[in-house]
Amino acid sequence: MPGTDGDVIDALVGITPGSPLDAIRARRPEARAHAQATYRALFAPETFDNVTAQERFAVGAFVAGLHGSDAIADAYARRLAESGAAAAVSEAIGVAVKEATTHGPYGSYPAGPLSRENTAGPVYRVSAAARRALGPRLAAALEHTHMLIFHPRDAAPGSLQALLDAGWATTDIVTLSQIVAFLSFQIRVVIGLRTLAGRPGREVPT
Amino acid sequence: MSESVLKPPPHTAPTAFTRAQLDWVPWLEPLAAEAMTPRHMASLVDAARVKSPYFRLLARDPDALEARTRTDKDIFYNPDAGLPRAERELAAAATSRFNGCLYCASVHARHAATYSKREDDVQRLLDAGVGADLGERWNAIVAASVALTATPSAFGPEHIERLRRADLDDLAISDVIHAAAFFNWANRLMLSLGEPAAPSAT
Repeated sequence: MPGTDGDVIDALVGITPGSPLDAIRARRPEARAHAQATYRALFAPETFDNVTAQERFAVGAFVAGLHGSDAIADAYARRLAESGAAAAVSEAIGVAVKEATTHGPYGSYPAGPLSRENTAGPVYRVSAAARRALGPRLAAALEHTHMLIFHPRDAAPGSLQALLDAGWATTDIVTLSQIVAFLSFQIRVVIGLRTLAGRPGREVPT
Repeated sequence: MSESVLKPPPHTAPTAFTRAQLDWVPWLEPLAAEAMTPRHMASLVDAARVKSPYFRLLARDPDALEARTRTDKDIFYNPDAGLPRAERELAAAATSRFNGCLYCASVHARHAATYSKREDDVQRLLDAGVGADLGERWNAIVAASVALTATPSAFGPEHIERLRRADLDDLAISDVIHAAAFFNWANRLMLSLGEPAAPSAT
């Protein structure tokens, strides 16, 4: 399976053994090991059950793409291709990223004092052309994923029902949700640490 | 015939950010406690979490849940230097406030207030939002958490420099990054798999 041989965060940040950031990550060894263990559980599990490798990497490439086109998005797009996904699927994900990109978080609160903070934004629907390449199951997943990435406070049972109706079982939805939510973490750790690496500061006392 | 989402029992939905204890009701069926295998149980890490419908729902993917929980615990509980616990919780609360997760914000605002003893400042964050003036060190932590939470990210060198001026060393800055990043994970699960409920009056 692509990308499981080394620590993904270290690779994407460019952390080398003995560097200051290597020392900093070593101070939180469980977080470092289990961020990687989560990656493995979601993208290279012992058994894929009902969610295929191609589906996992298609969603992964979509999530990474929605966070901006850079090395992280490129890495996940490459992994999607290596997962055995058809070229048409990779292409459709690229198109979907372009169609779906916006700025978050936005969304609405339950009616009350927070209503004044409601912020409008798009609800993403996969285009007909992309839907033909992706199929209904993956198309439903991308629509849900877009909500989770850009306007998670708009989440409602109807969004989960749409997934169930498109053939995602309850357990599959838990895995899909973890993929999107975990990547929201992993990508931010990479962005944060990369920024920190670019501004070397004081040595951290050991 | 596909499955159906759950219809939560009648409850009062909170309409404001609060430090009060909230419940959480799932929209998808959690595993039944008596149906859980040893692998499911081990994925909870803390056996007492079997009482939580949230963790019993996530236990449907036990490897992901266990790794998630061990990541969480080290980011927030590792006592080895870095950012004080209160400020790791502040980053979690600010991230949750910005994403709009009332449940997560309630838990971590409570922790931030407990560990910092700055109840008024924490409450101001909940009431006024992430632009509240909490003093420069806390403002710097909140601003960094918010910038990293935006999609696409707005986090830049200026946030690192502001945290340094507020006397955070690089391990503490890494802790801010991890705490805010982790709540971008947690908020999305909590917000999308169920909803908060005010505890029923007893």
